[in-house]
Amino acid sequence: MTEYALLLIGTVLVNNVVLAKFLGLCPFMGTSRNLDHAVGLALATGLVLTLTSGLCWLAMHWLLAPLGLEYLRVLVFILIIAATVQFTEALLRKLAPVLYQALGIFLPLITTNCAVLGVALLNTYAQRSLFAALLFGAGSALGFGLVLVLFAAARERLDASPVPAAFRGVPIALVSAGLMALAFMGFAGMDR
Amino acid sequence: MSLVLAVGVLTSLAMAIGLLLAWATRRFQVAGDPVADAIDALLPQTQCGQCGYPGCRPYAEAIASGDADINQCPPGGAATVTALADLLGREATALDSRYGVEKPAQRALIDETRCIGCTLCIQACPVDAIVGAARYMHTVIAADCTGCELCLPPCPVDCIDLVPLPEPLRSPRRPAPA
Repeated sequence: MTEYALLLIGTVLVNNVVLAKFLGLCPFMGTSRNLDHAVGLALATGLVLTLTSGLCWLAMHWLLAPLGLEYLRVLVFILIIAATVQFTEALLRKLAPVLYQALGIFLPLITTNCAVLGVALLNTYAQRSLFAALLFGAGSALGFGLVLVLFAAARERLDASPVPAAFRGVPIALVSAGLMALAFMGFAGMDR
Repeated sequence: MSLVLAVGVLTSLAMAIGLLLAWATRRFQVAGDPVADAIDALLPQTQCGQCGYPGCRPYAEAIASGDADINQCPPGGAATVTALADLLGREATALDSRYGVEKPAQRALIDETRCIGCTLCIQACPVDAIVGAARYMHTVIAADCTGCELCLPPCPVDCIDLVPLPEPLRSPRRPAPA
């Protein structure tokens, strides 16, 4: 039980998928200044992350490994991720049409989010059980969402601050992200 | 042999996923345009055409598809622009003066001493707020009139005036006429 709790805390804070592993930086930087849209995107990405970590584990252990086709894992994982994103898009279009239109191109771009594929592959390399893989996916989703919301809020305030002209926009955002990553390093060793 | 197996597994997996997605898109189909519905609910429903579109619903659909900006509705005024900006997550710009200026709530009033009963204003009213018939007195129903001013140009004797509404009726969002 404690090992699962530690896995969760480790994934959300210590080995944060964005700030410690540096995966999924595209939506992280491209997040709109709007906090509500950042929350929406974080939820959509989180749903895809959790679903695909489970589905990819199943594909690996029930389909690829018994047939000796582990070398196809990247291809098959991408296939599953693309299908899950399409599914999430259809769901979002029905349940939250205004958010769907506001997110625009960022929804299908979840397919190319390296955090999603990265989590699926990391689960394979660490040879986790299905429950641990799902927990890892959910933890990564939580960590991703947490950092995305924090960063969107910070960016809203950066927009109103007197930033030097050369730094305005992406440069100051990257500097802030680096500082945030430094701060998250304070969690190192917490999951031992 | 293992090549055939690999190709076979990938093909069948892709086909299965394709079928699943086809079912999912059918199952989660969206009827109508919910974004346009949400936008239309914020517009004042005057159906005046000052935005350049023949009514509030066409304007809402134009905003939803990106053809129109959100600051083209003078009867809605700055309050509507702000509400639309909040809904769509955009900047709330000032009202575009090319489409008109914001006026206080008003309604049309027909001067009965001058009205000749020509029915031209009745044909012009988009919300059917004028009662009357040929060569009978025309009257504006105050509760239904939205102050859109579309009846003023057609009147041949210029007998229609715009009067401000008394305070209780002066709300920024009018419900659609029953």
